[in-house]
Amino acid sequence: MSAAEPTRRDFLYIATGTVGAVGAAAVAWPMISQMNPDASTIAAGAPIEVDLGPVAEGQVIKVFWRSKPIFIGHRSKKEIEEAQKIDPKTLPDPQPDSARVKPGHDQWLVLIGICTHLGCIPLAHQGEYDGFFCPCHGSQYDTSGRIRRGPAPANLAVPPYEFVSDTKIRIG
Amino acid sequence: MSGPSTYQPNNAFLKWFEARLPLGGLIHSSFVVYPTPRNLNYWWTFGAILSFMLGAQIVTGIILTMHYTPHVDMAFNSVEHIMRDVNYGWLLRYLHSNGASMFFVAVYIHMFRGLYYGSYKEPREVLWILGVIIYLLMMATGFLGYTLPWGQMSFWGATVITNFFSAIPLVGESIVTWLWGGYAVGNPTLQRFFSLHYLLPFVIAGVVVLHVWALHVVGQNNPVGIDPKSGQDTVPFTPHATIKDGFMVALFCLFFAWFVFYIPNYLGHADNYTQANPGVTPAHIVPEWYYLPFYAILRAIPNKLAGVIAMFGSILILAFLPWLDTSRVKSATFRPLYKQFFWVFVLVCLGLGYLGSRPAEGGYVIAARILTAYYFIHFLIVLPLLGLIETPRPLPNSISESVLKKAAVLLAIGIGAASLLVMTPSAFAQGHDTPHPPRNKWSFAGGFGKFDEAQLQRGFKVYKEVCQNCHGLSLLSFRNLADPGGPGFTPAQVQTIAADYKIQDGPNDQGEMFERNGRPADRFPPPTTWKNEAQARALYNGTVPPDMSVLAKARSYERGFPWFLLDALPFLQYQEHGVDYIVALLKGYKDKPPEGVTIPQGGYYNEYFPGHSIAMPPPLTDGRVDYTDGSPATVDQYARDVAAFMMWTAEPHLEARKRIGFQVMIFLLIFAGLMYFTKKKVWRDVHAH
Ligand code: FES
Repeated sequence: MSAAEPTRRDFLYIATGTVGAVGAAAVAWPMISQMNPDASTIAAGAPIEVDLGPVAEGQVIKVFWRSKPIFIGHRSKKEIEEAQKIDPKTLPDPQPDSARVKPGHDQWLVLIGICTHLGCIPLAHQGEYDGFFCPCHGSQYDTSGRIRRGPAPANLAVPPYEFVSDTKIRIG
Repeated sequence: MSGPSTYQPNNAFLKWFEARLPLGGLIHSSFVVYPTPRNLNYWWTFGAILSFMLGAQIVTGIILTMHYTPHVDMAFNSVEHIMRDVNYGWLLRYLHSNGASMFFVAVYIHMFRGLYYGSYKEPREVLWILGVIIYLLMMATGFLGYTLPWGQMSFWGATVITNFFSAIPLVGESIVTWLWGGYAVGNPTLQRFFSLHYLLPFVIAGVVVLHVWALHVVGQNNPVGIDPKSGQDTVPFTPHATIKDGFMVALFCLFFAWFVFYIPNYLGHADNYTQANPGVTPAHIVPEWYYLPFYAILRAIPNKLAGVIAMFGSILILAFLPWLDTSRVKSATFRPLYKQFFWVFVLVCLGLGYLGSRPAEGGYVIAARILTAYYFIHFLIVLPLLGLIETPRPLPNSISESVLKKAAVLLAIGIGAASLLVMTPSAFAQGHDTPHPPRNKWSFAGGFGKFDEAQLQRGFKVYKEVCQNCHGLSLLSFRNLADPGGPGFTPAQVQTIAADYKIQDGPNDQGEMFERNGRPADRFPPPTTWKNEAQARALYNGTVPPDMSVLAKARSYERGFPWFLLDALPFLQYQEHGVDYIVALLKGYKDKPPEGVTIPQGGYYNEYFPGHSIAMPPPLTDGRVDYTDGSPATVDQYARDVAAFMMWTAEPHLEARKRIGFQVMIFLLIFAGLMYFTKKKVWRDVHAH
């Protein structure tokens, strides 16, 4: 038996094993991918338009986009002031109010209504900061939706949206 | 045969673990050092192939369950949802539905191998009976699974099969009602069938463990049928059997992939792409191919109870085989007579299978009776007698042997000829007055076929301007028009197309339903000319215009023997029955029915419609739809364009399927080749001695 013999044999084994492993990975891919959102779910997640006309000052309405509750709040003067006067540096998740609303539309607060702690829906106009209070583990958010106290690590998220007109927004 | 394990782990943790649970030792002794006869041929690899298929069915089945809804109103659409929207859903579903057939292909080869080599004989009786139990469980599982898509064949198959039990005297009816959970097959039936379909594969897996255990106690049979006498007669299971099995699994996957990617509906029934309708039975109820021989036996016997008993008996008789076969020699290689009768029996089973797929009339019934009788004669007379008269090799040939040998050959020829004789005239008589639709050239046919975008766009135009008033397209969303492998509209065009449609939405804040313009995510709205099926029936001469979403797969025609076999072969494959039929139908109107044919009031004569009287007036006339791309504005062109469009709506991932199929085939060829050479290397030392 020549010295080259074992090498050639090993090469064949390695090649077969590698091709087999590649095949197994290729088979695994569709089985993993199928659990991602399907085409109809993705299509249903298209942007939605919301008419702000009927939302009175001081009112918070809830709409659904991509199966998530979206809070749309029409803030009063007082609420805006409260949100603006606090120094963001003192906050757990520092962010000025201006970064959370659209310029020129200070009165409109649009938030994803999901507590950043573990996903419960906070209640509007409750808690010590006049904003939102999460009943699950007591997180408190202010009138800008920023976390002030409690276990939640971050401010309520702002969804992607834009003003189509003064009284209409498109979310998504 | 798995003696005390010699497994000695070196790793300290494995040692610790082994002392507490000798799992490694069990695996080592069962699948590594287990001595396997060195003379096993490739027919012995089907056990491994079956294990692989069981695993594949369980995995794909669990995945399908994540997307399937077992409810009479939603089951059909949820399967279509899997086929259309779920990522790779079409692949997973075709793997599962064709996988069932592959499972049976493998089990039949495995069983016939057992029959040929006498693998059921002492001391393997329990092993064999466990196998028969697995086979019965497989049949039950396959049947339960076939009801789940809730198509016409699902529903009527479930009705017919559960009615077997009504043949039981006195309590039959109550048993059937109990099985159904109602007064007919319905939602409770579907839900319990789903539950059991999920359960049984795990029961099968359990019995497979017993089957393998029993195998490892008594050892494998082999082509010679003599027990291995020394270590020289055997080789260790790993790597020898492992690699050989692996090679055959790769080859089997190649066969499997051909069905999944190129002829995925070949083994199914077009009728099952029509949602279950408890009010209409399909013209011709046929079970899945793997039950056909038993179905033929059922129908061969003119008495209900006797038919059911014969059918179950034909399966259960297998369990008694170890005692019916009186010969002490196992392998047919040494049984010159049995070998002949074995092949006669194989032919009889194939013949019964063919007859099971034919209508139960005329010569077919007579042929089925002859073959049914022979089926039982084989077990009850031939096998017991052969053991007594046959002289096994290598003893010199005796007179009785040569006589019987001739008798067997004559018998085979006789049965074959008799069946052909009685079948042929009826086959011709069957050549009814509906002609076969002519075949068209389709861009999407063949292994590399692709849809013609321009044709799909024209077909959509025909649908929109002609068909959609009466025919829905309920499974299609506007967004699909921009999907890859479709008509190739741009997303902006889809917006415009969608906005043209009025969609019911609501309720709004006032609690009222309202109409709005369509959006890409919306489904096509229902037809505007009828609100519900009752109204449609009142308007259209008692018929409901069928939804067009999967119609191209729900229509077909009989190709007949031998064409239906050729249709499955690479390069000859034919999958376009539905579209060819649709084209023929759209062009098949005649102003005047031929002599002697009367068309009832409200019907139109159509050459290709079964029964010739169709409620749909001729929908297409030359020039009715304006084509902007210069294609001829003729009925012929319209018909082909709209049919192609319907093929796409029925099978929107056809292009991806063929593309991925090609990659899979190339991969499997390379892998099988590598496995073959690896196998040769591993076995070289064994073959050298
Ligand atoms: S989820 Fe809101 S506080 Fe825990």
